[in-house]
Amino acid sequence: MASCRVPLVLLACGSFNPITNQHMRLFELARDHMHSTGRFEVVGGIVSPVSDGYGKQGLVPAKHRISMAKLALQSSNWVTVDEWESQQPDWTETVVTMRYHHGRILKEYEQSAGRHSDASEKFASPSSPFPQLKLLCGADFLSSFKIPGLWLDDHVEELVQRFGLVCVSRGSLQPERAVHESDTLFRHRRNVFLVREWVRNETSATEIRRALRRDQSVKYLIPDSVIEYIHQHELYTEDSERRNEGTALRPLIKQAHQPIKSLDD
Amino acid sequence: MENPTTSKVVLLACGSFNPITNMHLRMFELARDHLEDTGQYSVIKGIISPVGDAYKKKGLIEASHRVEMARLATESSEWITVDSWESQQSDWVETSKVIRHHYEELLAREHNRDDVDTIKYTKKRRIERVQFITGKEVSFPKPKHGPQLMLLCGADVLESFGIPNLWKQEDIAEIVGRYGLVCVTRSGGDPHKFINQSDDLWKYRKNIHVVHEWVTNDISATHVRRALRRGRSVRYLLPESVVRYVQEHSLYSAESEQKNADVVLAPFQKYSDASTSG
Repeated sequence: MASCRVPLVLLACGSFNPITNQHMRLFELARDHMHSTGRFEVVGGIVSPVSDGYGKQGLVPAKHRISMAKLALQSSNWVTVDEWESQQPDWTETVVTMRYHHGRILKEYEQSAGRHSDASEKFASPSSPFPQLKLLCGADFLSSFKIPGLWLDDHVEELVQRFGLVCVSRGSLQPERAVHESDTLFRHRRNVFLVREWVRNETSATEIRRALRRDQSVKYLIPDSVIEYIHQHELYTEDSERRNEGTALRPLIKQAHQPIKSLDD
Repeated sequence: MENPTTSKVVLLACGSFNPITNMHLRMFELARDHLEDTGQYSVIKGIISPVGDAYKKKGLIEASHRVEMARLATESSEWITVDSWESQQSDWVETSKVIRHHYEELLAREHNRDDVDTIKYTKKRRIERVQFITGKEVSFPKPKHGPQLMLLCGADVLESFGIPNLWKQEDIAEIVGRYGLVCVTRSGGDPHKFINQSDDLWKYRKNIHVVHEWVTNDISATHVRRALRRGRSVRYLLPESVVRYVQEHSLYSAESEQKNADVVLAPFQKYSDASTSG
């Protein structure tokens, strides 16, 4: 029995506008990778769609994005959708979302550690290490740390030091380079897990929305149930893509008066 | 939607489907969108025809499994079907023969529907084939009614036309001349360049439809088999029902990948025998 494995939960933040097979692949790839290090046991996955307050162009209402993610994940026995972030009144910093979920997971752990006899609890043995929560993301996410005003220095530090990242490479983007180019990431590189996705699959939610606008098929790129939902609710049109056009992303506004990351790290 | 001025098209994909993946299925969707977008065609059906075991490709598992997985994968499709005729033949069947078989079936159905004298029809077809074999310039006349059958493939198949002893030149000419090709580009490779460099393909270039897949989707069956051998997840690369089937039957191991490792691929065997026997 791998008794020293750290129980691990993976959290993915993002627009999920809409959720795609590629998003769900991230979880599968990350789980396989973390298991193969011998140090972790992935016990859960969380999809946390961003709130409407994010202000990103083309973002459809959170209630739809949540419903679609739920439909897509119906067949998964370890990944779930969480609505907390989408329900907050304002856009929530990623680190704040992580603190919330980590707190929740630790509480569950403490409660189950109190009930030694219940073998079905995911944190069964009171002697097993504390569960960890890591942020699951694509390589483009790592590069976003460089964008002025998008992240606070302290937050990036907390994200990699206290929690950790599991980053799945995408296309030609090299996450190793992003780690190399950031002193913060480099300093905590042992907590940044890079997963190689050998299958080049550039299907993104942006491409899906584009295909939908043009009445082209997206079958086999996103689950059938999600396609049905999109047609039923007539989501993703030229109009929906223009939502928030000209509006700045919320993080840029909210964090405008805070010390921002300088470009030369 | 059927428009009386559009030609009806059926798409036929031949291949190992070892196993079928979301990429294979995407190919059909992309091809249909592309053809219908021209305003000239109406795609009425898609056929997946898995190759027979006699093809002897390395790692090729039993046809019965491959056909069943394709059936599971297309359950949710309104227009794509699976045909097991090719897989049931005891010898490997050339692609051109598979196409001919399906085309004849299609026409027979159309003719039955239209109550046309089928005897006259088969006589006409026999004459056409004789002309073709004797090398006379044939313009491959198509019956006035009846759907067109086009071979659907990736750019790798198009480029495989250049591999010695894999295809007969007459077959290539027939496939592009009489039927038509819909070629979906995978990442890398330039089908237009390849078409340009081949006189046969260039002659029938109007019958070759190149579909650009702008978004790279490289889910190859080879990759899927490799992931399975290593105990990695293939969820979301294949339809759910196929993932379950693979698990239930424990398909694709290091052992299954060694099947036919020391055997020559059927077309090479067949065509090199033919050339040595003069």
